[in-house]
Amino acid sequence: MDLQPVWDWFRVLHATTGIKLTIFYDAFDRARFLNGFLTSIHLMALCLACSVAIGIVGAWVQGSQLKLLRAVTQAYIQFFRNTPPLVQLYFFYFALGSYLRITNAAGLEVPIVSNFVWAVICLSLYAGSFNIEIFRAGIEAVPKETVEAAEALGYSRLKAYAYVILPLAFRISLPALNNNLVNLVKTTTIAYAIAVPEMLYIANQIWSDELNVAEMMNVLLVIYVSLVGMLVYVMGRWERALRIPGYTP
Amino acid sequence: MNGRQGVILVAALLVSAGIGEAKAGPADPSILATIIKWTPLLAQGFALNIAMSFLAMAIGTAFGVALGLGQISVLAPVRASAWSVTQFFRNSPWLVLLFYCMLLLPFEFRIGDSFVSLPGWAKATVGLALPVMANVSELVRGAVQSIPSGQWEACEALAFTRLQTLRMVILPQCVKRMTPPWMNLYAILTVATPLTSVVGVSEAMTLTGDILSSEGRTELLVPMYLYLLLWFFAYCYPIALATVALERRFQVR
Repeated sequence: MDLQPVWDWFRVLHATTGIKLTIFYDAFDRARFLNGFLTSIHLMALCLACSVAIGIVGAWVQGSQLKLLRAVTQAYIQFFRNTPPLVQLYFFYFALGSYLRITNAAGLEVPIVSNFVWAVICLSLYAGSFNIEIFRAGIEAVPKETVEAAEALGYSRLKAYAYVILPLAFRISLPALNNNLVNLVKTTTIAYAIAVPEMLYIANQIWSDELNVAEMMNVLLVIYVSLVGMLVYVMGRWERALRIPGYTP
Repeated sequence: MNGRQGVILVAALLVSAGIGEAKAGPADPSILATIIKWTPLLAQGFALNIAMSFLAMAIGTAFGVALGLGQISVLAPVRASAWSVTQFFRNSPWLVLLFYCMLLLPFEFRIGDSFVSLPGWAKATVGLALPVMANVSELVRGAVQSIPSGQWEACEALAFTRLQTLRMVILPQCVKRMTPPWMNLYAILTVATPLTSVVGVSEAMTLTGDILSSEGRTELLVPMYLYLLLWFFAYCYPIALATVALERRFQVR
């Protein structure tokens, strides 16, 4: 599909109104902004998946018989919930990253873990700590009789968790999970601070080059609000699709 | 829950200081002495974080309550516009809103003949207050809607006007319901204040970076960042505990 007329329209828009959206009519800006957008989407998708996985595993561990394991999970949750995500990111990237370095073939010291991966690790751990609490609340809301019934049918603790408790708890947790995932999508912008070339970072580069701060800020806001809107819509659809008619825990 | 997590964090700080010590040269001052030396400066920066969080919370709550009441207005246009403003600011990233305020608010404005300058931290506070406002607005709406509708009908039967019903019956109950999530929001706001370092406000995070670059010692990185994390933890964790305790107390009725 030839989009040239669309790009030309934005050029005319700039000429007539002064609204300078170079990301549409300038091929270079268009390419780098698209890259930033895709990096953001990539970052969001990875963090969403990892944080939900952390939540599911963590909630299971929280019900463990081992006291030490529970204490470690609790410490992890409280640490990540009560400290600033930005400082966590700096701590991981600058402090821990300073130890994880190897010397490459050219004799230069290079980090083993890239800034993108650090952002994924840090944001997943951050959102994961909230997810654990959310799933735990969901698990607690599953009626005790249901769990006992599963036990009576000979389910082991893991099997009962996977086949009986989690599917019910997940449905109960969905609204809260929804909220936290929206938060996570918004928090991915802090990857800007460690120079991950995501959307905010690229937008910053573009407005520094083209001096179109107001336009780029509005573009950013519109994109983020629509991304979050899409996530809320999809999660809402999923919530309705998963609903068991007539079942109220 | 108790203070065990804090103890673990302090232990991590001490262990990392020990590891750093082993890496440091014999002539360097010890890690703990360096941390103590910079503590007064860090405390100053942290005080700015707290001041920004108080101000943003106050501004956000004042506007948020108004916006939330707008969301339950009987006038459809007011309701619709309050809803869209709330959704917009709730769904946009904090950092983007911060950039928005930092770059698009004027650095000074005119009142009559005198110019009033708007320092960076003040603009950042406005930027932080916007998402707080939207969240408070949702809290107010949620709390009002959680009051059983029978109470509205009872008030109507007693010939209360809508305003009287809100002021005398509905809102007093909402205050109680809103307090725990409101405290939670305050904790979220406090841990968001370091974001202002990205846009150049000299708060605790920025100062930590400055301290580290002036010391120029890599073995200081882990202890120093852990120390900063500990400051925030020491401030936010008690709030989290109080929130849980309040929630529990209000639940038993």
